[in-house]
Amino acid sequence: MTPRQESLQIDSGEKLVAVRQAVRAKAEELRFSLVDQTRIITAASELARNTLQYGGGGSVAIEIVENGTRRGLRLTFKDQGPGIPDLELAMKDGYTTGGGLGLGLSGSKRLVNEFTILSKVGEGTEVTITKWK
Amino acid sequence: MEKIPILKLGDFLLVTIQVDMHDRLALALQDDLSTRVVSSGARGVLIDISALEIVDSFIGRMLGNIAAISAVLDAVTVVVGMRPAVAITLVELGISLKSVRTALNVEKGMELLRQAFEPRSQNQ
Repeated sequence: MTPRQESLQIDSGEKLVAVRQAVRAKAEELRFSLVDQTRIITAASELARNTLQYGGGGSVAIEIVENGTRRGLRLTFKDQGPGIPDLELAMKDGYTTGGGLGLGLSGSKRLVNEFTILSKVGEGTEVTITKWK
Repeated sequence: MEKIPILKLGDFLLVTIQVDMHDRLALALQDDLSTRVVSSGARGVLIDISALEIVDSFIGRMLGNIAAISAVLDAVTVVVGMRPAVAITLVELGISLKSVRTALNVEKGMELLRQAFEPRSQNQ
């Protein structure tokens, strides 16, 4: 049996592939539908890239969670980067400080059931997403 | 370094992406394709993404860039084989790939490219 929780470092571009594969394995274990698997893996890819690009690297914890009879997959991305001064602005479609499309945060929020973001300037950012089956 | 192979088929270039690409590999493909369009004088580029399990905003942007760059270089790009789950996720993510021509599979994509360049003799 695979452990219920695992943690991966995100410190290079190659690690994004490893994060996607680890999330896929857990989503398959939970027997998510193909579309839900695709959604959570895509959201994980976006957020892992944010952790690397804006947070200067960090980690992701991948865990299977339960709520009554419901099971789900929860991913927590943490970095000790510069933090986000204006969260409301950062959550807007198309807003970017990095030259991307500005869809990483807002887009991944649309792909999951729960999305929380905590950020403190100078300390870092923590994004938690949950997809329920 | 690993590379995505680019095949030349007559006037067209064919790329079949079969690995989960990290970002640098995607950027390398964008550069390689642009160079090959010019060096080969290709009129069309066919990108088969049927093996891709996800397309995130980075890969989505790369596909849009390739289409835009090849258009500037006088070639048409067709992206083929997108899985339904990938299409759903991409649109929900906020990427519509409006500027990219698509077809269901390689065969239909080739047909689209041929139609784009064939003289309209059949209609006469």
